[in-house]
Amino acid sequence: MANITLIKAVNEGLRTAMQKDPTVLCFGEDVGPKGGVFLATENLTSEFGESRCFDTPLSEDGIVGSAIGMAMNGLRPVAEIQFQDFIYPAFDQIVSEAAKMRYRSGGQYTVPMVIRTPYGGGIRGGLYHSQSGEAYFCHTPGLKVVIPSTPHDAKGLLIASIQDPDPVLFMEPKALYRSIKGEVPEGEYTVDLSTLRSVKEGEDVTVFCYGAMVPIVEKAAKVAAEKNIDVNIVDLRTLLPLDEEGVLEHAKRTGRVVIVHEAPRFCGYGSEVSAMIAENVIEYMEAPIKRVTGFDTPFPNTLEHHYMPDDRRVLDAIEEVYAY
Amino acid sequence: MSTSELLSVIEADGTAPGYDPGLSKAELIHLYRTMLLTRAFDEACINLQRSGQIGFSIPNRGIEATSIGAASAFRKDDWFFPSYRDFGLPLYHGVEVVDMMHNMYGNALDTSKGRQMPVHFSFSEPIKLVSISSPIGTHIIQAVGAAYAFQQRGEDKVCLASFGDGGTSSLGFHSALNFAGVWKAPVVFLCQNNGYAISCPSEQQTASESYAIKGEAYGVPGIKVDGNDVFAVRQAFTEAVERARKGDGPTLIECVTFRMGGHSTADDPTKYVPAEIMAAWAKRDPIEILERALLKSKVLTKKKIESLRKEVAKEVQAASKVAAGTPPPALEQVFTDVYEELPDHIRRQGERSFDLAKRKGDANAGDGEFPL
Repeated sequence: MANITLIKAVNEGLRTAMQKDPTVLCFGEDVGPKGGVFLATENLTSEFGESRCFDTPLSEDGIVGSAIGMAMNGLRPVAEIQFQDFIYPAFDQIVSEAAKMRYRSGGQYTVPMVIRTPYGGGIRGGLYHSQSGEAYFCHTPGLKVVIPSTPHDAKGLLIASIQDPDPVLFMEPKALYRSIKGEVPEGEYTVDLSTLRSVKEGEDVTVFCYGAMVPIVEKAAKVAAEKNIDVNIVDLRTLLPLDEEGVLEHAKRTGRVVIVHEAPRFCGYGSEVSAMIAENVIEYMEAPIKRVTGFDTPFPNTLEHHYMPDDRRVLDAIEEVYAY
Repeated sequence: MSTSELLSVIEADGTAPGYDPGLSKAELIHLYRTMLLTRAFDEACINLQRSGQIGFSIPNRGIEATSIGAASAFRKDDWFFPSYRDFGLPLYHGVEVVDMMHNMYGNALDTSKGRQMPVHFSFSEPIKLVSISSPIGTHIIQAVGAAYAFQQRGEDKVCLASFGDGGTSSLGFHSALNFAGVWKAPVVFLCQNNGYAISCPSEQQTASESYAIKGEAYGVPGIKVDGNDVFAVRQAFTEAVERARKGDGPTLIECVTFRMGGHSTADDPTKYVPAEIMAAWAKRDPIEILERALLKSKVLTKKKIESLRKEVAKEVQAASKVAAGTPPPALEQVFTDVYEELPDHIRRQGERSFDLAKRKGDANAGDGEFPL
């Protein structure tokens, strides 16, 4: 066990997967000798050589499109998109190609590929270095979408994603890259791709969250505890496919639910979670289901702290739902 | 060979001075027979669509020499990323007509399990012919990635990426040429310049003097070939495939040909193709050009031609009978192959839909007329 940052855990996950399986390779913009703009691939080129960790031309469509070809032909590519905001030129390749290849070829061709990409705000990155686009991708049958919130999960989920037979979009909360540390086992381990993580058990209000929102919810829960509200925190972490039964169990347990994400609200991931609970266990609900999300505006720069859900806003929703 | 001068081999009188296709008599007959088979399959599919038995087809008339000449330069263990107008490519390498016909009907034996429109083939045996996509150009960059995998494993296999003139405007074309140039990937790009992208002529597609010249900016050699002269196509591809196999990198080959029909069975080309252009190209039918060459060199006789024509017609007829008699895919096929393992939420959706079908009967299939 080592106490390391989330970005270091990503690096360790890549290294562990590459050591075990010679078909695993990492590439993208500035991923090679520089080690990526966030240093996720630091030292991998010197350790594994230029044919396994390398730079590509500056083209997201090219990175993902070529990764699909590699994956169909026996390799296990881990493509990096430098910022999730830059992924849209590759949207066609992800949504229409990678996610549909197994289905449309009747299982003859498959795309065991991972796309890693940092998402979310908190670094004063403005419109185009801050977005949380998970909902676009969660609407895509055939794709898996994973977002870790701890160093332990970052490594374990990443290794599981690389070993998975289907394409995985692995979104890394860049705000947590260096702001949190956690215990991470040495060597190989995996975290199952369709399981929730119970962050903190509680009896009064369940808060569903993921990625960079998890520590914010934890902070709000501490304040709530001082007010005698016992918050149950659930990290969804594998957004697609989601552990739906787990979600319903947690919702039933407290009968009061708040859903938190950084992405805009309208048609956001929280809408699905809310609808799932309403459709299946509404009779257990003792209060309306509340969402705390980014606003339905583009992501601002100077005032990003006002845009992003924080512990004040989360606490406010918890109190409202609790008091109902 | 160049990006501006058109490479052609077979002359008007059927001679091919100084050209050796490097094929035995049997192989030459296979080349010719595949062109006939492709034409027969194409005509049958158009008729099946007109008579309402299948929903859609993509006319291939006029393109046979381009697809088949290119196919003939590759080995069976190479990988193919075809366009939707490449019927001859799988047929040349031994894909059975009946397996293509199953796709046209979208039946239970279709390799795509009825999930794709007709013409969107996918085969893994006897060749790797990667599942065809409808969005234009997406497969070109994938071919480069697959070629990188060959390179990485030190294998001497090559990828073919085939697309139309319209495809050169796509993002995938640019990414592919750029990546392949940088990586020196073992891939050959086939641009079927057939005059039109649905209804848009070449001058609306590009201001370049040719499609072949587009390779130059990426450091990829470009060649312009008479796409109705199967020997010329074969010659250009043989050299390009050899270069790629040796590790000398990619080539872009523009085959100048003409689509002697609509974009699809739902398209009426008389609305936008001038009749005189169509008439001029009709005099350059790729099958007739090869026929002349093979009669001249005595590989074929008129009698043999007749018997081959009858043979392929029978083969296609038998295939469509078998495919027509094959039932549609089971309802379960809507829900499988989304992921390797069936996730709970999809399983539940499937079960509910089967239950509804039991209680209230199957959904109405409708007439599903396709507009494009």
